[in-house]
Amino acid sequence: MDAIFLQILNGLDKGGAYALIALGLTLVFGTLGVVNFAHGALFMLGAFCAVTFQKLLTLSKQVKDESITFFDAYKEIPYLEIWLGDTGAAIIDWAVPLSIFMAIPVMLVIGLIMERGLIQYFYKRSHAEQILVTFGLAIVLQEIVKSFFGANPIPTPAPDIIAGSANVGAWFGLGDSVVYPYWRMIYLVFALIVIGSVFAFLQFTTFGMVVRAGMADRETVTLLGIDVERRFTIVFGIAAIVAGLAGVMYTPILPPDYHIGMDFLVLSFVVVVVGGMGSLPGAVAAGFLLGILQSFASMNEIKSIFPGIDQIIIYLVAVVVLLVRPRGLMGRKGVMED
Amino acid sequence: MGFFKLSARDALLMVIFAAAVLLAPIWLKPFGAAYPDLLQKFAIFGLFAIGFNILFGLTGYLSFGHAAFLGIGSYTAVWSFKLLSMNVIPAVIFGTLTAGLLAVLIGFVSLRRTGIYFSILTLAFAQMCYNLAYSVLTPITNGETGLRVLRDDPMVLDRAVGVIQEGSPIGDFFGWQMQGFPAFYFCAAMLIIGFYVSLRIFRSPFGLKLRAIKSNQTRMRYTGFNTRPYLLLAFVISGMYAGMAGTLMVVTDPLAGAERMQWTASGEVVLMTILGGVGTLLGPILGAVLIKYFENIFSAFNTDVLHDVFSFMPDWLENFFVTIVHPFVGEGWHLTLGTLFMVIVIFLPGGLVEGFNRLFQRRKKKASSEAAGSRVATGGEKQATAEN
Repeated sequence: MDAIFLQILNGLDKGGAYALIALGLTLVFGTLGVVNFAHGALFMLGAFCAVTFQKLLTLSKQVKDESITFFDAYKEIPYLEIWLGDTGAAIIDWAVPLSIFMAIPVMLVIGLIMERGLIQYFYKRSHAEQILVTFGLAIVLQEIVKSFFGANPIPTPAPDIIAGSANVGAWFGLGDSVVYPYWRMIYLVFALIVIGSVFAFLQFTTFGMVVRAGMADRETVTLLGIDVERRFTIVFGIAAIVAGLAGVMYTPILPPDYHIGMDFLVLSFVVVVVGGMGSLPGAVAAGFLLGILQSFASMNEIKSIFPGIDQIIIYLVAVVVLLVRPRGLMGRKGVMED
Repeated sequence: MGFFKLSARDALLMVIFAAAVLLAPIWLKPFGAAYPDLLQKFAIFGLFAIGFNILFGLTGYLSFGHAAFLGIGSYTAVWSFKLLSMNVIPAVIFGTLTAGLLAVLIGFVSLRRTGIYFSILTLAFAQMCYNLAYSVLTPITNGETGLRVLRDDPMVLDRAVGVIQEGSPIGDFFGWQMQGFPAFYFCAAMLIIGFYVSLRIFRSPFGLKLRAIKSNQTRMRYTGFNTRPYLLLAFVISGMYAGMAGTLMVVTDPLAGAERMQWTASGEVVLMTILGGVGTLLGPILGAVLIKYFENIFSAFNTDVLHDVFSFMPDWLENFFVTIVHPFVGEGWHLTLGTLFMVIVIFLPGGLVEGFNRLFQRRKKKASSEAAGSRVATGGEKQATAEN
């Protein structure tokens, strides 16, 4: 029981990341009809927003170390600490959550530039060409990041107060074996909030209504005199923000390196296909489902029955789902079937 | 009919192609690409891309999992070396066949779907193979270390005949050690055979059917034509090409690692095909050669070499150019590759071959419009595009 509960928890945070990326992918696909292989790169760029923000905060000045008297020793003290004292240190400690505020505008701009600069020319081209050009873009983005930040993962720790783990089991009266890091819990909550706000935005605002109408029948909406294309551009920006935020918040869980996006992208595409191309709830549900399945498959008990199952479970599920339910779990008729 | 059942034009193409491949060590010398290691790569990846093109170019099914066949070909070849003999013939046969078997399995399942679903399914299968090769199948694949041939392996056939090599084992073709130029010529022979088969497929009714599937599969089905067996056959043939390419990698260097099954490797062959020209005969080989050539040249560049290259400029300009170019060479070669990829897809979706054709036609058009007015030229252009 404990073990099962723990595995579900473990699966949820990874599932949250899959769900966030898959949500953006589906949004872009549903509105613009573009299969965006560069979406993983947006996740990666988000993660590197956090890295950049942390680097900016910790810009340091060399100061003579007074505690060593035998020779001239220097230590680096961040300007923030010099100017603001303990407040500065606290800000640096909270670099990752604070970088959200930087990531939102940055990712929006990146998304808009990407859409206007490249993607808009590919609406009418074949899916194969869309895949190829965005794949090329992903390589370019990731190499640029690599040339700035190097190839090694960069540690971006969570704030000290929430760096530890919670004894979740005790809360539910399950015994002490269920221990879960605070940050992963925060990630899960964060993912749910972001997903919730995207859905609310689409459901309860006029803008969202137009977007949904455009997804359902683009031609009619255009005939009504609404500039759908412009709204879809903004939707692309939103998808970029969602992917970016997923990346920012994931940095304390997994130190980012330049190919983190690609690793997630392949899985997210599988998630989208399992959920059903073009279905937002399907993408979210499949994200969490596959995350949980993956964490169950990595239990030792299961691995001893089916060795190696943890490595292939997601792909296996995808194959089975595609063969049994060709449109995915919640796919609609007529999407991507030509 | 006539020469190898080819029309006169194709026979000429075949002869020129064979001559160009066999004489590559001579005519590639001025480009600095005439050393065996690189030539072997040209031939191997050329073969890989030809095979991929039979699927993607003719049927339009974009597979993102061809690296799996490359990988299984490699592993089978190493096992053939280990268990049977260092002779390369059994390795090539077994490597190609097992890749074909795997392709039957994967193709049977994946071809139930089209479009992006097919891409994702093939990708999923390839990733499964890759992950399994790294984890559970370690006894067979030797995991991260990679599988290599050891001197005290059984090699049943070799021991029966009594031919045991000294030193580290090298592939062997009835007495020829598969190293350097002999190895290149072996790969070249395979490439020429592969090209011949691909030419025959392109010109055959089978090839025509595949093209018909690409242009409108629904209509094909409505005419009462079952497309699945043809698609599966194309998929298997293309998988066998990939398997043979994997085998040749092992023939030239008896070592197989799981990383050549990763999906980036599948992406690379897509890129080669696109760069050269999808659905053309020579395009994929051209793409493979260019990519491997530039990979080799560019990744050898470093800052010093760059300073040499730009040394004719004034100092400030030299430094400026070195700073700009530096991220694109050496370790950053992939940046060039990605940029190239985008440029080709954006501006020249038909690849380089289409680019050449356009250039060629423009010149022809200019010449004929000077002679007889533009009316004739448009007709000629239509015919020319139809021929390609």
